[in-house]
Amino acid sequence: MSEEQSGLANGAYEALDNHNAVLRVRGVTRAFSRPNGDPLTVLEAVDVNLNKGEIVGLLGRSGSGKSTLLRIVAGLIRATSGQVLYRGAPLNGPADGIAMVFQSFALFPWLTVLQNVEAGLEAQGLGREQMRERALSAIDLIGLDGFANAFPRELSGGMRQRVGFARALVTDPSVLLMDEPFSALDVLTAENLRTDFLDLWTENKLAIQSVLLVTHNIEEAVFMCDRILVFSSNPGRVTAEIKVPFKHPRNRLDPRFRQLVDDIYARMTVRAKTGAATVLSIGERLPEVPTNLMAGLLENLAAEPYHGRADMPAIAQALALEVDELFPMAEALQMLGYAELVSGDILLTPLGHEFTEAEMQARKHSFAKQLLTRIPLAAHIKSVLDDRPGHRAPSVRFLSELEDHLSDSAAEQTLRAVTMWGRYAEIFTYDDEAEAFSLEIPESEQA
Amino acid sequence: MAESGSQNSAENASGARAAGRLIAHPYLALRGFARGTLPSGWDIAAFLLLFGTFTLVAIAFHQFSAPLAAVENAGVTLSPAALPFYALRTTLRMFSAMLLSLIFSLGYAYLCAYSRRAERVLIPVLDVLQSVPILGFLSFTVTFFLGLFPGKVLGAELASIFAIFTSQAWNMTFSVYQSLRTLPPDLVEATRSLRFSPWQRFRKLELPFAMPGLIWNMMMSMSGGWFFVVASEAITVGNQTITLPGIGSYVATAIEQRDLGAIGWAIGAMLVVILMYDQLLFRPLIAYGERFRPDDMPSQIEPESWVLRMLQRSRMVKWLAALAAAIGDRFRRAAKPIRLREPRPLPAWTNAATDFLWYGAVIVCALYGGWLTVRYISASLGWGEVGHAVLLALATMLRVVVLVAVASLIWVPIGVAIGLRPRLAAVAQPVAQFLAAFPSNLLFPVAVFLIVRFKLSPDVFLSPLMIFGTQWYILFNVIAGATVYPRDLQDAAKNLHLRGWLWWKRAMLPGILPYYVTGAMTAAGGSWNASIVAEFVTWGDTHLHAHGLGNYIAEATANGDYARVMLGVAVMALFVVSFNRLLWRPLYRRAERLSGVE
Ligand SMILES: Nc1ncnc2c1ncn2[C@@H]1O[C@H](COP(=O)(O)OP(=O)(O)OP(=O)(O)O)[C@@H](O)[C@H]1O
Ligand SMILES: [Mg+2]
Repeated sequence: MSEEQSGLANGAYEALDNHNAVLRVRGVTRAFSRPNGDPLTVLEAVDVNLNKGEIVGLLGRSGSGKSTLLRIVAGLIRATSGQVLYRGAPLNGPADGIAMVFQSFALFPWLTVLQNVEAGLEAQGLGREQMRERALSAIDLIGLDGFANAFPRELSGGMRQRVGFARALVTDPSVLLMDEPFSALDVLTAENLRTDFLDLWTENKLAIQSVLLVTHNIEEAVFMCDRILVFSSNPGRVTAEIKVPFKHPRNRLDPRFRQLVDDIYARMTVRAKTGAATVLSIGERLPEVPTNLMAGLLENLAAEPYHGRADMPAIAQALALEVDELFPMAEALQMLGYAELVSGDILLTPLGHEFTEAEMQARKHSFAKQLLTRIPLAAHIKSVLDDRPGHRAPSVRFLSELEDHLSDSAAEQTLRAVTMWGRYAEIFTYDDEAEAFSLEIPESEQA
Repeated sequence: MAESGSQNSAENASGARAAGRLIAHPYLALRGFARGTLPSGWDIAAFLLLFGTFTLVAIAFHQFSAPLAAVENAGVTLSPAALPFYALRTTLRMFSAMLLSLIFSLGYAYLCAYSRRAERVLIPVLDVLQSVPILGFLSFTVTFFLGLFPGKVLGAELASIFAIFTSQAWNMTFSVYQSLRTLPPDLVEATRSLRFSPWQRFRKLELPFAMPGLIWNMMMSMSGGWFFVVASEAITVGNQTITLPGIGSYVATAIEQRDLGAIGWAIGAMLVVILMYDQLLFRPLIAYGERFRPDDMPSQIEPESWVLRMLQRSRMVKWLAALAAAIGDRFRRAAKPIRLREPRPLPAWTNAATDFLWYGAVIVCALYGGWLTVRYISASLGWGEVGHAVLLALATMLRVVVLVAVASLIWVPIGVAIGLRPRLAAVAQPVAQFLAAFPSNLLFPVAVFLIVRFKLSPDVFLSPLMIFGTQWYILFNVIAGATVYPRDLQDAAKNLHLRGWLWWKRAMLPGILPYYVTGAMTAAGGSWNASIVAEFVTWGDTHLHAHGLGNYIAEATANGDYARVMLGVAVMALFVVSFNRLLWRPLYRRAERLSGVE
């Protein structure tokens, strides 16, 4: 249903904005090759227009290919098929006029603020005075006056990201790409930087014509963007396109703002819900969530004021969690049958209630049972260990199995998750030094 | 259109702002200007230092072109007054070799980091080269370079420089290679997104990132290098003896003439040279390297250097730096920005075909080389000789193992005791590094004198000489490990009443193990090398031998017996490589895991 909606919306925008587009992504697909040589499709047939005067948000779960799309637009990697049209021609490598802001700031630690910003002009072939002058004016613009001669390590996170912005803005780009630029900052600093950037944007102080912003954070997307594209995972596709009809500056407490945030939460949990109904496969990606966090979330859900049902944005805020922290936790609970996700709400199952009331050993029993019945990978490891005479198996054995279904990093993450959970449930143990799973619990762990 | 308009207005605005800044702070601007015109005391010192060095270098280079006969006839005088000049020549050799090593390490590491095919072959080659006893090779290189420049001092100089180079280059190369392989991916993406040219990328990313590791390894190489420069200045290959003016040949002459006093002078001169090297180069460079250290890594002891502080305060140095920057700027603008792009993947079959040809060629060459060596050795020496060499290698191995064990028993407790007291460590660490740099072979004659005097057994009493210069690596690595040992773990150990052996076993040893293994590995490798000079020593016309592979190689060199030199060197390299592969590396990996240092 949502597929249809978005298809319709896409068509309408295309007709409307075609002449207005600064940059167009046409049918972009990207696959990475797996260790065994098979392709792993990360992005499939993605179409995006960046129009003049618009901030476009890319929203989606971890691993849905948002960064991959951004890097294709930046010219850092190639699309397997499809193309990016910029200034009327297909993009071919990093282009003049497309600048990027990084999540990790990506500043050169051995250069001063001024030198870092000047590095943005390095490829421009300007004279030294000219470079200095433009760098200083970008530094002024972004509110870093007085820090020109400081080294990045002397600055706070927020100040460092300001340098990242200055370096991107100094070239007067027409397209600005940002990959989770605020997610490494604390809440207050992030908000401060967002509003400062939006002020420059709305006051037309920037040469930038269009911004593409990757984020995990639904509130951030609604706060900043004019249009939000929601990505699905495996492979990444645009499943919905949402217009944000509010003028800047936006008020987060406005009921219409809250309603839109809730809507998007609901949309993003749709897939997870169908996932729970179907049986998981061995190659399912498992979120790497520590068991004590799961227990903590369950306890919170069971207690006041939620009594077993919570609005996800609300509980995320109450527990001071970012969405991208809450989602994997909720997903893990859902996989294990302790919780359900229903239209932006998380609700405890009877099993989840039982778990919160049990004491430690009973919790472990419950967890072991859920793990073996609901997570095929855990059951698989257990049965292999049962069958083997020595009850030991090297972890590479399972890792290579997982790599048939997942990318390297996802496979490793999944194996780490199942190791962590299996150890807690005491269904098997893992010897880090030998890199092997085994059934016997070593003496030190028994005690 | 709209774009260029907004750009112009932005530029105008920034111009106005810059002018505003000048008007707002005329006093500041003036003060800076006035300060700039008056030379400070530091300027004069820096000026004298720089130009003094230039003059000395000019004098010495003038002599390189002299004919060999002139140098040989002149001989080496044992007058202490000649020592400053000899010291200068020795130092110059050292720096020439360092320059070569720098160029080599950057080039080789670049090739390995950016070509998978080169990497597969060159990295193992480097690994073996690192284990080859350099002193064993002197006979080959000297013959080669003398043949290249017949009758000129230059040939002999180059042979000596090459010997030092081979003692310095490998670990520097590994360090640069490691850095290039571990460039932070986000910074690499940033350089691509900012469209840096390869040169800009090198200047702004690769070189600075490699800097801390490179500086540290340069300094370790230099420290090790003094030993080889001394050893390579007076070489006898068969019936040809070459003496290059320098501290090493001064000592060799003193040994020949049994002049213990002259040896004392030489040791004194070397102490001064190392002290200067330590203060004027080692400390400033290490302190300078600090600025390239990523900020999330804890510093052990904040490196301090008065020379660096002086240079940083000096106006003239600032002016020189600005000049260099201006020249660099010329180059930057002349160089067209080059597009760095993800290469289009080649069709699979061309890749496979190139792989096949390349690795095929490498394997064929390797097999041919192996066959050649085997045939040469079996034709000229026979397999009995190989067995003999292996037996001697076992004797030397026994020495190395015992010596490293003894040195560890002594220096680990001392190093830990020092490292846990930050004040003491700040004083002791530079001393340990200083001692590691001092060429222990200068002290050999003293030991020999005593052995001869008291009629001691060379097989036992020559052995300590092997580790004399290298034991300090154990000490200062252990000190380094103990200084970063977490304070709260120390407190926890106290709280749990861990004492005596239990404290070592549970708390201390696992924490410092990676550092200790690094130190012990360096010490052991150095000792194998040193065995070539330590197992075969002379005093006047008294010769002392200890049974071992080092002695075997040294004697074969003196006799000009190339086949035996080859065999000895090959066997020793094999032993060192096996030690590294089978003992040190697994141990290091385990240690890293245990202590959580990754
Ligand atoms: N160079 C690569 N080689 C192989 N797989 C890759 C590579 N880059 C990304 N992937 C895989 O592609 C998928 C999408 O990655 P991407 O980083 O684009 O996701 P994302 O949406 O940005 O996730 P996150 O929100 O966690 O940043 C992941 O499964 C990742 O493992
Ligand atoms: Mg990402």
